[in-house]
Amino acid sequence: MESASSSWVSLAYLIAGVLFILALRGLSSPATSRAGNRYGMIGMTIAVVTTLITHAIASLPEIVAALAIGGGVGFVTARRIKMTDMPQLVAAFHSLVGLAAVLVGWAAYLNPGAFGILEGAQIAAHSRVEMGLGIAIGAITFSGSIIAFLKLAGKMSGSPIMLPGRHVLNLGTLALIIGLVGCFTQDEALWVIAAITALSFAIGFLLIIPIGGADMPVVVSMLNSYSGWAAAAMGFTLHNTAMIITGALVGSSGAILSYIMCKAMNRSFISVIAGGFGAAPEAGGGPAKEQRPWKRGSAEDAAYIMKEAETVIIIPGYGMAVSQAQHVLREMGDQLKAGGVNVKYAIHPVAGRMPGHMNVLLAEANVPYDEVFELEDINGEFAQADVAFIIGANDVVNPAAKTDKSSPIYGMPVFDVDKAKTIFFVKRSMGGVGYAGVDNDVFYMDQTMMLLADAKKMVEDIVKALAH
Amino acid sequence: MDFVSILSIFVMACFVGYYVVWSVTPALHTPLMAVTNAISSVIVVGALIAGAADGSAVSKWLGLGAIVLASVNIFGGFAVTERMLAMYKKKEKK
Repeated sequence: MESASSSWVSLAYLIAGVLFILALRGLSSPATSRAGNRYGMIGMTIAVVTTLITHAIASLPEIVAALAIGGGVGFVTARRIKMTDMPQLVAAFHSLVGLAAVLVGWAAYLNPGAFGILEGAQIAAHSRVEMGLGIAIGAITFSGSIIAFLKLAGKMSGSPIMLPGRHVLNLGTLALIIGLVGCFTQDEALWVIAAITALSFAIGFLLIIPIGGADMPVVVSMLNSYSGWAAAAMGFTLHNTAMIITGALVGSSGAILSYIMCKAMNRSFISVIAGGFGAAPEAGGGPAKEQRPWKRGSAEDAAYIMKEAETVIIIPGYGMAVSQAQHVLREMGDQLKAGGVNVKYAIHPVAGRMPGHMNVLLAEANVPYDEVFELEDINGEFAQADVAFIIGANDVVNPAAKTDKSSPIYGMPVFDVDKAKTIFFVKRSMGGVGYAGVDNDVFYMDQTMMLLADAKKMVEDIVKALAH
Repeated sequence: MDFVSILSIFVMACFVGYYVVWSVTPALHTPLMAVTNAISSVIVVGALIAGAADGSAVSKWLGLGAIVLASVNIFGGFAVTERMLAMYKKKEKK
């Protein structure tokens, strides 16, 4: 490449990178988000076209076929996927980025000339570090995301799988990978890069299997972050601005989301990654100490009281997603609103299996986004609310998080539902406890009525009762 | 480009990412993950270079494989983001 054309090429990649920044920037509000997504598409088109016109292409038909196959599969999947399956789709997509990074790393290793990373007859030392890291992070992203996918899709038990001595095993493997990357700078032998790849696949698997289902929001965010760092490492190898900017964006995005999720559970990132949470009943505040009296309500009771209410705050959780109750829930909200009731939705940052999971489901059910509120914005309103309607959530409304220092969820920010005049708690049965495995005082409060049924069935009955 | 100028771009981009992502509204965190997924598939650039180059047949096929994977993500990621964003609506003014 000559210098004049080369600076145009760099400029094109820079523009692509800036467009990616604008794509994320658009997400600051639903109103600008779609324009943002278009910027992202334009950026990607610029990056791909620039690459194609600046490289001699020995095999155009194959490349076009590869793009068409991948694009077709991706497009059809995106069209057909159910919104409730979004967490596992995102996990699956992460795994693809990871694997692509591994393949690109290997391709660069086998054909360094094409990537312009040769120094004399050998691959430049710094390129080897970048390549090694890119392959390692990519491989971890791949195998970790596969496990996350299997857990989220219910194809593998969501409960943590604990290997004996796993901390030593994991740290040892990580140290070995770093050592091998160091070794790779000295010796570009095939076995070194093969060992890096194999060990990284193994560690990704080992890291995720001990982590339980409800910690998946953190895991999915973390893997999102890794897929970014893998792209950035490859960007360093290729001296490509678009890849570096994108990698940094995605890397920080995932890191920030993991941080937000950890904070919303009042747990450290280390304790989530160490895994094992929710495996066995924990000491202190454990499952029901004694049988306490509770009240069972019916759909008619709920309909009657909510009809008379001034304000109803609905708190959805993962259980709503499982029973696909979002559409009928919106119908219930509409009926109440038609009767002059002020209906609001309150969403906890860790509700569901990925960041923003509940928001997407409510949006799918046509709930206007200005009726949906975050924890900090609505928590002061429970004292004035007539009804708190909890559907498929549990730990996020547990007052033990505020009062019981021995509880495993102590310190987690929760909704002050206990301040509402009446609480309806939609739950499948009294037997089950939340993910953290702790009993919930809300069940036994004077103002609580338990609505024991499948969430969707119960809300359907309420909708019927409201119609009378 | 030398290493330091690349590193500068990287560090600056991390800061930009930090501020931009904090400004994303929590309601759009799922679309954020989907779109970051799509854009991180810019790794397709590396895949295209490998797939287009002469020299090593193995490298070429690895590149083509990576093109398939990355383009699943590119098309899938942007399409699913578009689909989700289209669902976010404001209250209808009556």
